[in-house]
Amino acid sequence: MLDQDPILQTRGLSVYYDTKKVVTDVNLDVARNRITAIIGPSGCGKSTLLRCFNRMNDLIPSARVEGQVMFDGLDLYGHGVDPTEIRYLIGMVFQRPNPFPKSIYDNVAFGPRINGFKGDMDELVERSLVRAAIWDEVKDRLNTSALALSGGQQQRLCIARALAVEPRVILMDEPCSALDPIATLAIEELMRELSEDYSIIIVTHNMQQAARVSHYTAFLMVEEARVGFMVEFGESRQIFTNPEDERTEAYITGRFG
Amino acid sequence: MVRADFDRSLEELQAELVELGEIVEKAILKSMDALERRDLTMAYEVVAEDDLIDEKRFDLEEKCINLIATQQPLAIDLRTLLAVLHIAVELERMGDYAEGIGKICMIIGDDVPMELPKQLPLMATAGVTMLKRSLKSLVDRDTDLANNVWDSDDEVDELYDGVCRQIFLDMGEHPKTIEASTHFLWVAHDLERIADRATNIAERVIFMVTGRSGRYETTQEGNKSSD
Repeated sequence: MLDQDPILQTRGLSVYYDTKKVVTDVNLDVARNRITAIIGPSGCGKSTLLRCFNRMNDLIPSARVEGQVMFDGLDLYGHGVDPTEIRYLIGMVFQRPNPFPKSIYDNVAFGPRINGFKGDMDELVERSLVRAAIWDEVKDRLNTSALALSGGQQQRLCIARALAVEPRVILMDEPCSALDPIATLAIEELMRELSEDYSIIIVTHNMQQAARVSHYTAFLMVEEARVGFMVEFGESRQIFTNPEDERTEAYITGRFG
Repeated sequence: MVRADFDRSLEELQAELVELGEIVEKAILKSMDALERRDLTMAYEVVAEDDLIDEKRFDLEEKCINLIATQQPLAIDLRTLLAVLHIAVELERMGDYAEGIGKICMIIGDDVPMELPKQLPLMATAGVTMLKRSLKSLVDRDTDLANNVWDSDDEVDELYDGVCRQIFLDMGEHPKTIEASTHFLWVAHDLERIADRATNIAERVIFMVTGRSGRYETTQEGNKSSD
C-alpha cells in the first residue's frame, strides 16, 4: 500500500493511563520520506499515539504501552533502548512554539552541544536554519533573543532546532494551531520540502491541512468507553475524496455524530 | 445534523439542477414538435428560450463555486458539487441541440418536399427518457438506473444509423430532397448527441456515488467498477 518502505511500524499498539486503556490495537505503517497525518476527533488518542513514536509517553508516570513500535527494525520499547537517543532520531515539534529564552543561535546549537557535537557549529546552525526556511529572516540577528520572533518564525526556529540534531523522523503535534494562515502555509510548504529527506508524522485538527500537506492519512475515532482506535488508513487523496469507511466519510465531511 | 445549512444548500442545488433538466426536456420535445408540425412560431420560441437555459447553467456554476470556496467540501460533498458542475454543462449543451433543431426548423420553413423520417421522433423520445432517468438516478443515488441509461444509448445509436442510411438512400433516389435531407441529418446528429450527453450525466452520477469513473457493475464477489 505504501509507495516507500515503512520507517516506523506499530503492531497491536495499545496505550494505558494507569489501568484505563486510551488507545487500542493500532497497526500503522509510516512511510519513509513521506508525510503521514493523524486525524480524528478530540480524545481519540492522536497525540497519545504520536508520543509513542519517540517514547514521550515515558514522561507520564502512569502511561504504559503494549504491543510493538518498530523503527527500522528496532523495537523502540525493547530492552536496553535509551529513550533520549530515540528522541534525537525522532524529533518533535509542539503545538505552541517553545523556543528557549536564549539567542536564536543558542536555540539551534543547544541539542548538538548536549550531544557533544565536535564539528563546525556555525555551519550546522546555518544549515539547520536554511533547511527550516528561516535563515534569510534571522541571519543578521542570530544573537538576539528567540522570543522576539513572531509565532510563525518561532515555530520554524523550533523546527530548525529539531533538525540540528539530525533526526530521521519529525513528529508534529498540531504545529500550526497557534499560527495565522500565512505562517501556517509557510510551515506546510516547509513540511513538503523536508519530506524529501525526513519522514514526518503530523497530528492535526485541521482537515484541510491534512488534505493539503500529507501523503497518507490515518483516521482515529473514539468508542463509547473512550478508547481510541484506528478506523482507516490510506493515501490522503483517497481518504479525502472517497474514503472506504462511512465513519471516515462522516467525520471529514463534518457530519460526525 | 452538524452541517444543516450546507446540506440544505446541496439539496437546493440538486433541485435546481433537476429543474434545469426539466426545462431542457421540454425544449427538446418542443423543438421536435415544431419540426413535425412545421410550426415556425414554436421553433422561434425554442431558440429564444435557450437564453434561460444558459442563464440557469451559469447560476448553478456560480453557486457551486461559492460552496466550494466557502465550505471546503470533501469526499461525497466534493464529488456531488463536481457532478453538479459537470451535469449543468451537459444540460446546457443539450439545450443548444434543441435550439439547433429549432433553427433548422426555421431554415426549412413550412414547405418541405419530404416527410420527416420516422426515426427522428423516436430518437427524441428515447433521448428525453434517458435524460429523465439520468436525473432520477442522480436524485435517488441509483447506480443501477444510471447503468440502464448507459445501455439505452446503444438503441439511439441504432436508430441514428438507420435514419442516416435511409436519408442517404432518399438523397440518391430523390435529388429534390437533398437540401431538406441534409437538414434532417443534422437533426439526427443533434438527437444522437443528446443521448450521448444523457449517458455522460449517468456516468457522472456513478462517479458521484462511487467515487470511480466508468460503469458500475455488481458482481458475485461484490461491487466493482470497470470501463
